[in-house]
Amino acid sequence: MAKSHVTLKVNGKPVEALVEPRTLLIHFLREQLNLTGPHIGCDTSHCGACTVDLNGKSVKSCTLFAVQADGGDVLTIEGMAAADGTLHALQEGFREMHGLQCGFCTPGMIVRAHRLLKENPNPSEDEIRMGISGNLCRCTGYQNIVKAIQYAAAKLSGGAFKAAAE
Amino acid sequence: MNDQTPSKEERAERLQGMGCKRKRVEDIRFVQGKGNYVDDMKLPGMLYGDFTRSPYGHARIKKIDATKAKAVSGVLAVLTAADLKPLSLHYMPTLAGDVQAVLAEEKVLFQNQEVAFIIAEDRYVAADAADLVEVEYEELPILVDPFKAMAPGAPVLREDIKDKTEGAHGKRKHYNHIFSWEIGDREATDAAFKKAEVSIKELISYQRVHPCPLETCQCVASFDKIKGELTVWGTFQAPHVIRTVASLISKIPEHKIHIIAPDIGGGFGNKVGAYPGYICAIVASIVTGRPVKWVEDRIENLSTTSFARDYHMTTEIAATKDGKVTGLRVHVLADHGAFDSCADPSKWPAGFFNIVTGSYDFPVAHCAVDGVYTNKAPGGVAYRCSFRVTEAAYCIERAMDILAQKLNMDPAELRMKNLVRKEQFPYQSALGWEYDSGDYHTALQKAMDKVSYKKLREEQKQRQESFKRGETRELMGIGVAFFTEIVGAGPSRNCDILGIAMFDSAEIRIHPTGAVIARMGTKSQGQGHETTYAQIIATELGLPADDIMIEEGNTDTAPYGLGTYGSRSTPTAGAATAMAARKIKAKAQMIAADLLEVSEYDLEWDVDRFQVKGNPERFKTMKELAWAAYNRVPKGLEPGLEAVNYYDPPNMTYPFGAYICVVDVDVDTGVTKVRRFYALDDCGTRINPMIIEGQVHGGLTEAFGIAMGQEIRYDEMGNVTGPTFMDYFMPTAVETPKWETDWTTTPSPHHPIGAKGVGESPNVGGVPCFANAVNDAFKFLGSTHIAMPHDHWRTWTVADKLGLHG
Amino acid sequence: MIPGPFAYHRPKSVAEAVAMLADLGPEARPLAGGHSLIPMMKLRLAVPEHLVDLGGLGELKGIKAEGNDIVIGAMTTQHELIADATLAAKLPIIRETALVIADPQVRYVGTIGGNVANGDPGNDMPALMLCLGASYQIAGKGSQRRVPARDFYEGAYMTALSQGEMVTAVRIPVPPAGHGYAYEKLKRKIGDYATAAAAVILTMTQGTVTTCSIGLTNLAETPLLAEDAAKAVIGTSLDAAAVKKAAAAAEAIANPASDNRGPAAYRKKMAGVMTARALQRAKARAK
Repeated sequence: MAKSHVTLKVNGKPVEALVEPRTLLIHFLREQLNLTGPHIGCDTSHCGACTVDLNGKSVKSCTLFAVQADGGDVLTIEGMAAADGTLHALQEGFREMHGLQCGFCTPGMIVRAHRLLKENPNPSEDEIRMGISGNLCRCTGYQNIVKAIQYAAAKLSGGAFKAAAE
Repeated sequence: MNDQTPSKEERAERLQGMGCKRKRVEDIRFVQGKGNYVDDMKLPGMLYGDFTRSPYGHARIKKIDATKAKAVSGVLAVLTAADLKPLSLHYMPTLAGDVQAVLAEEKVLFQNQEVAFIIAEDRYVAADAADLVEVEYEELPILVDPFKAMAPGAPVLREDIKDKTEGAHGKRKHYNHIFSWEIGDREATDAAFKKAEVSIKELISYQRVHPCPLETCQCVASFDKIKGELTVWGTFQAPHVIRTVASLISKIPEHKIHIIAPDIGGGFGNKVGAYPGYICAIVASIVTGRPVKWVEDRIENLSTTSFARDYHMTTEIAATKDGKVTGLRVHVLADHGAFDSCADPSKWPAGFFNIVTGSYDFPVAHCAVDGVYTNKAPGGVAYRCSFRVTEAAYCIERAMDILAQKLNMDPAELRMKNLVRKEQFPYQSALGWEYDSGDYHTALQKAMDKVSYKKLREEQKQRQESFKRGETRELMGIGVAFFTEIVGAGPSRNCDILGIAMFDSAEIRIHPTGAVIARMGTKSQGQGHETTYAQIIATELGLPADDIMIEEGNTDTAPYGLGTYGSRSTPTAGAATAMAARKIKAKAQMIAADLLEVSEYDLEWDVDRFQVKGNPERFKTMKELAWAAYNRVPKGLEPGLEAVNYYDPPNMTYPFGAYICVVDVDVDTGVTKVRRFYALDDCGTRINPMIIEGQVHGGLTEAFGIAMGQEIRYDEMGNVTGPTFMDYFMPTAVETPKWETDWTTTPSPHHPIGAKGVGESPNVGGVPCFANAVNDAFKFLGSTHIAMPHDHWRTWTVADKLGLHG
Repeated sequence: MIPGPFAYHRPKSVAEAVAMLADLGPEARPLAGGHSLIPMMKLRLAVPEHLVDLGGLGELKGIKAEGNDIVIGAMTTQHELIADATLAAKLPIIRETALVIADPQVRYVGTIGGNVANGDPGNDMPALMLCLGASYQIAGKGSQRRVPARDFYEGAYMTALSQGEMVTAVRIPVPPAGHGYAYEKLKRKIGDYATAAAAVILTMTQGTVTTCSIGLTNLAETPLLAEDAAKAVIGTSLDAAAVKKAAAAAEAIANPASDNRGPAAYRKKMAGVMTARALQRAKARAK
């Protein structure tokens, strides 16, 4: 099959590449751009480990072709920290609140939480749980992930999160 | 000393040692997407492997034609059993003494069994070619009911061992029989049942499930033709075992095999054993001279790389009429699928199922297990359960509830009456284990007090009346589970894997500036070893945890270990860590004595220093002693400050816990809502409370999934139904209950730091707690036992059969 | 996990899109959000040779009022439906339904057109469209037609679309203000297809039901319009007896498959239970 030419922005940097039309966005990011933060955890678009932010939307990059992202703006976990290396409030929150164990769901979870907090800067616990219902975790039982997101929400709005990690 | 001098407490806090909620070291790379998982690896010239798999559950292979597949541009080779046979690699030995087909030769025995291995330039081409291998099958009759496996005239499954009357564990009763195993006093137990005032008998089945870590099994194999060396990066919970096995089957000398387990995205037992994908990737690398990557997808994972449970336990308890248990008798039918690739210590074909006497003082007991073959995926593995401990705990906890119901006793009250008493420890169970320590009554009472158990029972009574009056369509259930698990395999006298004793190890080296590197024979897949082992060393040696680097998973550098599963890391390698640290501390003490010009016996240890007894202003910190070790050691000692310890544990450890949960069941839909779940765990000494709580949350969530919906089911045609996340119940944050955690601390008397391990307790105790709760909801209407999983339709069907739908 | 190869086309207008679909033949499929199609392609259950990507077509976006109808462009995403103020005010059942479809990521990409047009019995929007009496604007090469949702579904993955046609918009007559509504979905977990689901739209005057329509999801090869169930409550106060009758009528027409959600007999019963609960919630909302 003839390759397609795609141009897009990834973590703020312009990217140009040739891809097969059937190349999934997750494979494009991981294999061609060496952004191995987003992961593959299933075959049926359920687990969300592949979640990235495309044009201001949380998307499962395993269920999009790279060609569909042509002209788009992609944010992956690798783009979350500041240029000087300062961790994003979410990255800090996940560490503070023990919101990860094996780390495999974490990139997708953090990038999704980032968009969730943009949609809703002060979500309730139920809203957080609904908000991450497209991201599966096998290690944490979600309780500390909720706290991590609450921590970040507080920090981003200038407050402090009171509870400790369990 | 002045008011600027840090206090003892401040010095201890700075160490971030045992007992504190040290933030995890691993997180720094994981939250930035800089973990190093197997599929992240790219090597120059790397190829990809993929499998063609059987659509049939039982069939003869008449012909394999790979012509079309080989013709796809980018395909280098297609391997079949015919290619592996000359290398004797078409079958591989399993950890249970059986053999498993790597690529199917004459027949296939389960749906999705591996038939051909494609080697291609990229994974897309490999997938295309895998679809083009043409296989001619002749279907054979299917056997998926383990109860029919040993019937006369049952389909013959294992033709390769058909005439073998002896298996790895003794006589085989039938061509589909694998092993019989028994333990306990059959005569005395039968006698107890004969004179029992009350007894119960129930078939308690634990359905087939799968550990399902978020990262599937995968590896990159790279054979260097010039050096004759094989390197394999892989999802290996037990890298050294993989190395030894790889050497035995490939005949490559063990020192020329390098096994590296990088970051692993969850294991839960799925990643202990070897799978056809690893063997094929290794062969492919040898054949092509290039690195070969194999990554299974989720369907392959759920339907072929092992399974867990599938135990059918006919359980009987004998008791007095006022509720004192007098005997336990259990027979298990164990469904191992097509090959017995169970990852148990070799003398234990049914794992440690004989922990089935649980937390109760049974004077006599007997248990027998029969393993059989069926047309299902081979295994099983220990899914967060030590070895068959989850099955045993589910069995005894359900059975005790059934007994309580028969006696018209409250289930917590029955337990209180029969729990092993504190004074009885170390306790010899009727099935052969010596439980190390426990204070069960305190734990259960604490749990009951915390949830206001009496009030809950009163509320339940009122709601039952309300239901009978037609005022509500919900049933309230209260589940109680008190589990004792057996972990930390294990003492060399009874635990070995393929003949290698199940010790574990730690090697610690202190650098001149007081920084440390330590390597262990275990391998974390999310448990936080980089953080917690450092805490042990920090407390033992008085050096800050942040100055201690922990490494696992590289077989060239880590001392030999048996890996991480069965909650064994803290009991074995954690102990080795403490022991190695103490060797170092002893040498440091000698150096300190020499520097301070006193006798060693005049020194005492204070947090991070040796100080002179009675004269604490004279001291040497461990950091100072590290420097001294490299330039001023006493006569007769070598320079340097390091030690290695191989720890052969004297016993297993026995964590325990009391879990109570409250559910509300909607009888018209079968939906169960979990109102509350309280988990009290006793894992002995608690190294990092934050990590312990995380483990409990995670294990309870897995237990929730198992109890409320997970199953790997086969239909009569041998089709595996639902091996995807569409159907395999993986709870999201929405369904997952909120967890309340608590603890008591009963240190293990034989462990150097008194710790027992905790990772698997929540899966062990969680499942029976949920199951008992759902069962409890229906008890007052006459229901005695409802099998798992307690998904909507099954629960509704119970309600329907009880006539609740009018 | 890996889809088969295909040629990729990116038309710049609806006219170009339908011309492509017609000219490329039956091996060409339109690509909307792709969150039904791409998963099937990854499992190689669908192997189209051509994909015509509708992603760039602004003509297919937008939610606007046209008289008493609301017209929604086929490429409007579930997320956009949830966020739209007009829909929230005039057709709140749409938001309620969209929120139980899949998960946030899928809702950002999945479209109403995809959800109504591919004929998957598990999709939630079709039953709603039957209930609302919606119609679909359909474009083909050189043709335009409108088909009522109630005439659109023929079987599992079989619809009134001819080869080369695609849905461009969904037209929904707005129910009277103060109408009662509910989408009651029983599912194994959030985001799953329905074990059984019922959509209800009704109006009440002085405590009596004046109009009612009921749609059922995933209970047959097509979405079902439960006409007898609806008739059973019209003219009643939605007392227990009327609700019971409606539930029985819904159950009677349900013909679900047995699957991992449960045996057919159970799912059939759940059709009745969901209908009853949807009616009760709709009643509580009716003004």
